[in-house]
Amino acid sequence: MALKQKQILLDPLISNNPIAVQVLGICSALAVTTRMETAVVMSAAVIFVLCLSNVAVSLLRKGMPPNIRMIVQLSIIASLVIITDQVLKAYLYSVSKQLSVFVGLIITNCIVMGRAEAYAMQNGPLDSFLDGLGNGLGYSLILVATAFFRELLGSGSLFGFSILRPVTEGGWYNPNGLMLLSPGAFFLIALFIWLMRSWKTDLVEAE
Amino acid sequence: MLEHYLSLAVKAIFVENMALAFFLGMCSFLAISKKVETAMGLGFAVVFVLTITCPLNQVIYNRLLREGALAWLPMVGPRMASVDLSFLGFISYIGTIAAMVQIVEMTLDRFVPALYSALGIFLPLIAVNCAILGASLFMVERDYTFAESAVFGFGCGVGFLVAIVALAAIRERMRYSDVPAGLRGLGIAFIITGLMALGFMAFSGIQL
Repeated sequence: MALKQKQILLDPLISNNPIAVQVLGICSALAVTTRMETAVVMSAAVIFVLCLSNVAVSLLRKGMPPNIRMIVQLSIIASLVIITDQVLKAYLYSVSKQLSVFVGLIITNCIVMGRAEAYAMQNGPLDSFLDGLGNGLGYSLILVATAFFRELLGSGSLFGFSILRPVTEGGWYNPNGLMLLSPGAFFLIALFIWLMRSWKTDLVEAE
Repeated sequence: MLEHYLSLAVKAIFVENMALAFFLGMCSFLAISKKVETAMGLGFAVVFVLTITCPLNQVIYNRLLREGALAWLPMVGPRMASVDLSFLGFISYIGTIAAMVQIVEMTLDRFVPALYSALGIFLPLIAVNCAILGASLFMVERDYTFAESAVFGFGCGVGFLVAIVALAAIRERMRYSDVPAGLRGLGIAFIITGLMALGFMAFSGIQL
């Protein structure tokens, strides 16, 4: 029992990672990773929505008529996202401005919908909560790792603190602007996937 | 005036391409770009739904949700003028989109069965495509008028169509290439998308 739950929690971190293996939730992963701060806030928001939506869907799964389940899931998710958005606007206004539309886009983040549909519809609330937490953490792992490299190489700082002092401020580091642009994010994620699949060779796609 | 709309459309298609500049609709962008034919089907469905839902959500936002929007109501108007329902935005937009997709699906099934069977499974998938909701949210953030939002929706859709068909064409050619084992499939698709995004950045200087 305990072993199974540990597996539910840890599996999505690497070997079943939502971004690199299940190909879910890529849109937001790329857009909010130019800075560590936004990436961390976004991860927290997604973990919150994912855990609670999984629990709510799992509690309602027996009473949900199959043909309207999408609408029910979407309204649960949308309500949770509205709460998140209001909290961010109240306490972290500047970050919420930077995230702009991407908080709202958690609604259509495939991870949330995908896990509700694939896992929470068949399993109990506790397991669903752990599944949500695990997938949320797996998502955060990629998000934070990407943001780490993009902010460090793109502007020479982490969380806004200057680590590699850029030339413009009298330092030696010449920031790599490509990292801040969209192609940089694509290349970084591709490299992560490459790394992951060289390590876990069973994930390699046959083509 | 026409130039304004033209520049808005060109900006939405090339400069601020939904998929390549804002990473919206990435999931279906990567999942359904293995063959040009299916990519076309999804692309046209997206254009269709975006052109309808974007102006529709504009009306909902400006007539029902934004602060003071309810003032047009008869009798209760003046009292409702201070009501701000904009926090209900997300749930209304996604509701509109889901309902619209359903209606479009039923209408096509009834009147244009050929197009319906061509779009097939892609129509229902569109309800959860981030590009559709994203366009509505950008429209609200940038405060477009009704006509602007229609042009913007159409432009975003066409931009998505162009990008996904191009990616599908490149991926079809990739079958003849020797890709390192770990990069096969998803990895190389990311790299191609990155290179395409680089290409599309060349449009960023365009001023009309």
